[in-house]
Amino acid sequence: MDKLLEFLSFQDPNVRVVAFGTIFLGMSAATVGTFAFLRKRSLVGDAVAHAILPGIAIAFMLFQTKNPFVLMSGALVSGWLAMLLIEHLSKSTKLKPDTSIGLVLSVFFGVGILLLTSIQHSGAGNQAGLDQFLFGKAAAMTQNDLLAYGIVALILLITVALFFKEFKLLSFNPAFAEASGLPVKRLQFILSTITVLAISIGIQSVGVVLMAALLITPAATARPWTENLLMMMVLAGLAGGFSGLVGSFISFTAPNMPTGPWIVMCLSFLALFSLFLAPKKGILARIQQQRQNRKKILSENLLKAFYHLRENNPETDTFSNLQLLRKRHFSQSEYQTALSRLRRNFYIMPKGEKWQLSEKGYEEAKRVVRLHRLWEMYLTERMRLKADHIHPNAETIEHIITPEIEAQLLRELDYPETDPHQSPIPYPRN
Amino acid sequence: MEALYIILTAFCIALSCGTLGSFLILRKMAMVGDAISHSVLPGIVIAFLISGSRNNIPMLIGAAVVGVLTTVLIELLHKKARLQEDASIGVTFTWLFAIGVILISAFTGQVDLDQECVLYGEIAYVPLDLIITESGISLGPRALWISGGMALLVLVFVRVGYKALVITTFNPDYAKALGISTLIWHFIFMGLVSLTTVISFESVGAILVVALLIAPPAAAYLLTGQLKKMLFYTSIISLLISVGGYALATWLNGSIAGAMATVAGILFAGAYAIYTLKLKGRGKPSLSKSSS
Repeated sequence: MDKLLEFLSFQDPNVRVVAFGTIFLGMSAATVGTFAFLRKRSLVGDAVAHAILPGIAIAFMLFQTKNPFVLMSGALVSGWLAMLLIEHLSKSTKLKPDTSIGLVLSVFFGVGILLLTSIQHSGAGNQAGLDQFLFGKAAAMTQNDLLAYGIVALILLITVALFFKEFKLLSFNPAFAEASGLPVKRLQFILSTITVLAISIGIQSVGVVLMAALLITPAATARPWTENLLMMMVLAGLAGGFSGLVGSFISFTAPNMPTGPWIVMCLSFLALFSLFLAPKKGILARIQQQRQNRKKILSENLLKAFYHLRENNPETDTFSNLQLLRKRHFSQSEYQTALSRLRRNFYIMPKGEKWQLSEKGYEEAKRVVRLHRLWEMYLTERMRLKADHIHPNAETIEHIITPEIEAQLLRELDYPETDPHQSPIPYPRN
Repeated sequence: MEALYIILTAFCIALSCGTLGSFLILRKMAMVGDAISHSVLPGIVIAFLISGSRNNIPMLIGAAVVGVLTTVLIELLHKKARLQEDASIGVTFTWLFAIGVILISAFTGQVDLDQECVLYGEIAYVPLDLIITESGISLGPRALWISGGMALLVLVFVRVGYKALVITTFNPDYAKALGISTLIWHFIFMGLVSLTTVISFESVGAILVVALLIAPPAAAYLLTGQLKKMLFYTSIISLLISVGGYALATWLNGSIAGAMATVAGILFAGAYAIYTLKLKGRGKPSLSKSSS
């Protein structure tokens, strides 16, 4: 706890630099990565991260300096080249995009490793520290680095803000963007450039291999929570920034722990958390929804059984379990589920050993049967299907049709009296 | 002698990778192979922690299981969590790789692996670890035996399962009709890919194994449209990579694995040049676009 307070007070200038650095890098990568994610280019981002390596090595060999701007220019060039190459190979040869990505990724990286190890073995002057690009060097960040990355991050954010609308269109509907006269080529160029930039500063904090996580995972975390791009970006940025903070805190408390992998750990947990638990789109929410739907379908089917029984014996509205089960097959547990749901809604009431359909239940049963028969009518009248083909389809659609569609069907079919099997279509009382 | 050991080991690894890689790229799973090669890391580290050595066959297999689990996890995120496929690959392998690196840092003393080794391996150390019989006769490097065994296993597997592999790769529906389980073959195949990456790990590392998996078959695929020829070309390219890589690395005094990937890239560029010339000769360059 003391450690946490000490960390969060940012008294130590070193802590301050590292924490702000990782937050910065996390946020800018997440923002730009959102577009890569939406354009389904996540793995291209991964490839670019690896492909940056030879650029850095060559820049160092040419200029013998570790000035971040020089190395970053090298990174930018080779990252760009890799991106073009991937696009070209998957367009102009029979290689699939994923093969092109893997090929460019691994070959560029191999060249980078060859050059890097060659530089190291030659012992040329101040080469020490080039391997920070492989693993990231969050913990060793200096004030100057922070300044450089801060400037780049700012440029990225401003570019995104300026071209927000255009990038949005480009991500969701490139064909429309092209048709509406946007300079798609130029926009793609800008977007790719800021992606490469974000990657080349991002590998400072997590290294080459894990860079993909900084780009994609925040977007994957944000996606299930919102349908709004701006919101998604903000959430992704927050996830990226927060993970940066957590990562630098962990390596602050346990100095032999690497910052980068912990940032990725935190990001991955956030992503798994939201993929499972996000309302509506999370796995759990969807399972819940499926169960609800199943129960609804079961109880509506049981209601129909009541209706059909009553249709055949108009003198009574009270039926036994046996009668119901004979009318329609349910497994024991399905039957219990459906019964208890109908009871809870007061659609049926127990009467001795039997069940009585209430007035409310009767109206509801009529509704389901009406939808079924209306749909059968529609299929024969408008789709010209044979009367013996339509039942299964109607059996599923009856649970889905909304009151609006029902009204439309009624208008379309002009309030028919009977369905194609000559059964009467029941209408509400008034 | 040492050079020969290194080149032979490299060739065995490149051959197993290239042969499996041919099917990998035809199955459109190149990036899944990439993901597996990263995510076996935690498996390897845990195997190390339990057995304390790197060349314990059951442990290698255990580590390979983690690789197969990766494919399951990717599928799960893609199908159940409705995460798009590229993102589920990216999220999965970075997560598992991060776990691996954290484990290495946490147990530095007990795990004989460092981060550099993880990224590009060190095949130059292969001749240092010899198998020596009780009577003192050297049988050659341990890594050579293991990778040689792996190459043999892969070749036998492809020879025996050729038909099923081909059918499940190109026409899964037909395979189903014939009663061949695509799922079982998928898992056997992925298991072998995973085992190969685990075994190649200490020699060429997590990322350069991808170059050996993808680059030779990709080059061969540009040269021919026939699977058998493609496999043949792949093995030739693998041989060239191992010899050329060793020479280049000696010349530049750099990583052998890195040099092998570089040579693979150069050979691919050559194949690409032939491919383009052929297309031009035919005068129908637009043909190639039909698949993309």
